[in-house]
Amino acid sequence: MTAITVVDLPPPKPASYLDEGHTVWSWLTTTDHKRIGILFALSITVFFFIAGVAIGLVRLELLSPQGLFLTDDEYNRLFTIHGITMVWFFLVPSIPTTLGNFLLPLMIGARDLAFPRLNLMSWYLFTIGGIFTIYTLWAGGVDTGWTFYTPFSTLYSNGHVIAAAFGVFVTGFSSIATGLNFIVTTHMLRAPGMTWFRLPLMVWAIYAVSLVMVLATPVLAMSLLLVMAERLLGVPIFNPNNGGDPLLFQHLFWFYSHPAVYIMILPAMGVVSEVITCFARRRVFGYAGMVFALLAIAVIGFMVWGHHMFVSGQSPYASLVFSFLSFIVAVPSAIKTFNWTATLYRGHISFESPMLYALGFIGLFTVGGLTGLFLASVPIDIQAHDTYFVIAHFHFIMVGGSVTAYFAGLHYWWPKITGRMYLETWARVAAIFTFFGFMMTFMPQYIMGWLGMPRRYHHYADVFQIWHVMSTGGAGILAIAYVLPLIYLPLSLIRGARAPANPWQATGLEWQTPSPPPKENFEHTPIVTTGPYEYHPAAEPGLAEMQRPHRTQTEDA
Amino acid sequence: MNISAFTTEASSHAATIDRIFYGLSTISIVIVLLVFGLVLGFSFRYYRGSKAKRGRLPHILQNEFEIGWTAATFFLFMFIFWWAASTQLSALTPPDHGLQIHVVAKQWMWKVQQPSGIREINEIHAPTGKPVVLVMTSEDVIHSMFLPALRIKKDVLPGRYTYLWFTADNPGTYMLECTQFCGTSHSRMTGRIVIMKPADYAQWVTAQPQTRGLAQEGEALFRSFGCSGCHARESSVHAPDLHGVFNHMVHLSDGRTIVADEAYIRDSILQPRKDIVAGFQPIMPSFKGIVSEEQLVRLIAYIKSLSVEKEVQQ
Repeated sequence: MTAITVVDLPPPKPASYLDEGHTVWSWLTTTDHKRIGILFALSITVFFFIAGVAIGLVRLELLSPQGLFLTDDEYNRLFTIHGITMVWFFLVPSIPTTLGNFLLPLMIGARDLAFPRLNLMSWYLFTIGGIFTIYTLWAGGVDTGWTFYTPFSTLYSNGHVIAAAFGVFVTGFSSIATGLNFIVTTHMLRAPGMTWFRLPLMVWAIYAVSLVMVLATPVLAMSLLLVMAERLLGVPIFNPNNGGDPLLFQHLFWFYSHPAVYIMILPAMGVVSEVITCFARRRVFGYAGMVFALLAIAVIGFMVWGHHMFVSGQSPYASLVFSFLSFIVAVPSAIKTFNWTATLYRGHISFESPMLYALGFIGLFTVGGLTGLFLASVPIDIQAHDTYFVIAHFHFIMVGGSVTAYFAGLHYWWPKITGRMYLETWARVAAIFTFFGFMMTFMPQYIMGWLGMPRRYHHYADVFQIWHVMSTGGAGILAIAYVLPLIYLPLSLIRGARAPANPWQATGLEWQTPSPPPKENFEHTPIVTTGPYEYHPAAEPGLAEMQRPHRTQTEDA
Repeated sequence: MNISAFTTEASSHAATIDRIFYGLSTISIVIVLLVFGLVLGFSFRYYRGSKAKRGRLPHILQNEFEIGWTAATFFLFMFIFWWAASTQLSALTPPDHGLQIHVVAKQWMWKVQQPSGIREINEIHAPTGKPVVLVMTSEDVIHSMFLPALRIKKDVLPGRYTYLWFTADNPGTYMLECTQFCGTSHSRMTGRIVIMKPADYAQWVTAQPQTRGLAQEGEALFRSFGCSGCHARESSVHAPDLHGVFNHMVHLSDGRTIVADEAYIRDSILQPRKDIVAGFQPIMPSFKGIVSEEQLVRLIAYIKSLSVEKEVQQ
């Protein structure tokens, strides 16, 4: 990337993308990837808070072993809406459709995505799916859990299964379209000199996750269609009384939903790689290893779905194979953690809020990943399956990992997206609250889970109350941590200082254009001559060293 | 219920599982301390403006370290896999001569039948020191039988049998929970398992109101449903003799061979045309919707008893 000093010059400011029309209509018909990213961000924020309120009520209810204010059915519907909304309407789209949408073209030096109108269609599909979900909620909810297990969902549930499943079905096409768009964009629209191994890890992560989206999501669409066919038309697919196979659904569902876990975590890994290198002023440790780890996770992630079914009655031999593959997929994740840590070595580390979130991510992801090893072990999983141990594990990955990384990225690129600086003190408070609130919410869940507290239980044995009370207390702190940005980030739009083009002195093409960027992203197509993360001289004197832009002594020190 | 109803190691298997759990926990805590230690250590040493020495990475840190920790991670994970998996290899199939207790799950209760014919609701009595096999099926949705004190769990499916087996060592009353979400009152689908010394168990069995054994009840059903009309040895209709069939190989008309286990007998009653025995005509009607899950349990017990009789005769 070219020299940092260039971007500090006050550029003759072209109109930013935000000034390209102020009417609602101009937003609803935009094909600008940056505006569509913001449309997605607004939508998923709404769903994040719907899902958050649902689980807040659940956590309050669980303060008492006999419940406080909900009926069994209300309880079941609340945790179901929490799961469906969080997974498909927040976590899966979160980083790719917002930050990814906004940043992918900027990071590779392109003017827009390959298919701008398809991109807008993605948002409309997502919104239509979301409307079905909100309808489900309004009509009285659904009680299947986010997993829609058959034959409960097809024959016995008394909730609005069809509306909920259809909403998820439609949203799936939004995922597929977005993934396709990102893949084509990465292949076709890289700026001159932006070779594959000069791509920032965020782009690699978005690329890997797009492959998973395109390949896995059709299976979800298919399995939900089958659920709707059996429930609506009585086609016997899963009903054993008519020769159907109730386990078939679980195989289909997890064939999508395990890769979906990687859809949620891979972009988070990309964000964290950008943030840590920037605030440690350090080239990422083992760039090639990081790229191959991303791709390995994306590929092997398709072969481990059976580890959700160790107690389902599947063949014990199959369980051992799935267990083995699950250990294999953990290796690249472990390498990434080590490499982030090693990136800090000999850095010049500063602790702005994005970095605090990113360091929190490393800690929570490590705990979540290690407990994944417990669940990959067949005999341990038999005890822990469908208990709070599993709940704690996947929340460490999806919330401690993905949501924390989303906030890291949101703070890191906020000045670029909005052209404003937020209140750093409040952001640091939110980041620290996130880490400790999260730990307090979910560590007790590991303990009570291993002791035998099943998930999805409205009433529970008295002995678990102490852990539930701690967990609910932690959830309160976590709620504060998530509400704070909702106050100071919008406030920054009015009162925040104007952001310079590159407030963090970061490398990366997105920082070489004004904040907020003009509609066409760059005045001139950038020409890339070096790899990403040129924060300090290369370790090996050689080509990279010679191409390195001139810097001051202090930066090299 | 106090906490010991969940956490007591009621079998040696439970103790083995706990050992693996504590071993894994130790490994995890060491790794977490390592990562947290490094992150915090680097943060303090290399904060912006600190006087720590920087500069190029030492050469050894570039490839050797990366290859080294990749290999170390891989071998550590393989070791954990082998350690955990090896406990499973010895118990892939249920023991042959265990005490068979039948469990039928439905929304939201557990119906249990002892081999002696005693029926229980949401409660299982079982002796120590002897393998016990739970033969489980569901009348409606998927449930899951979780016995935390024994560290075992298995889903209970409609339309097929699943098995859960254990040899308990410590007498006591422990929790039984449904762990597969099954609808409105899922969290009330709990019960207890009472593990007793063999003598106490025998006493408990005799103290119950006398029932005929499962097999005898099955024999009565065998007649009342009319099965005996064709399957009896003296019958004029050409139907397979069921003596000695259970747990033996059966040759089918399409050339396959199959072991006549519970699932096979169940299928033969409900879907008789699925697996036709070689040399017979597909003339048997289906009893789907006529025979309930609990009656099936008894019919199967009776057909099993025919094999035991035959072995005794030999």
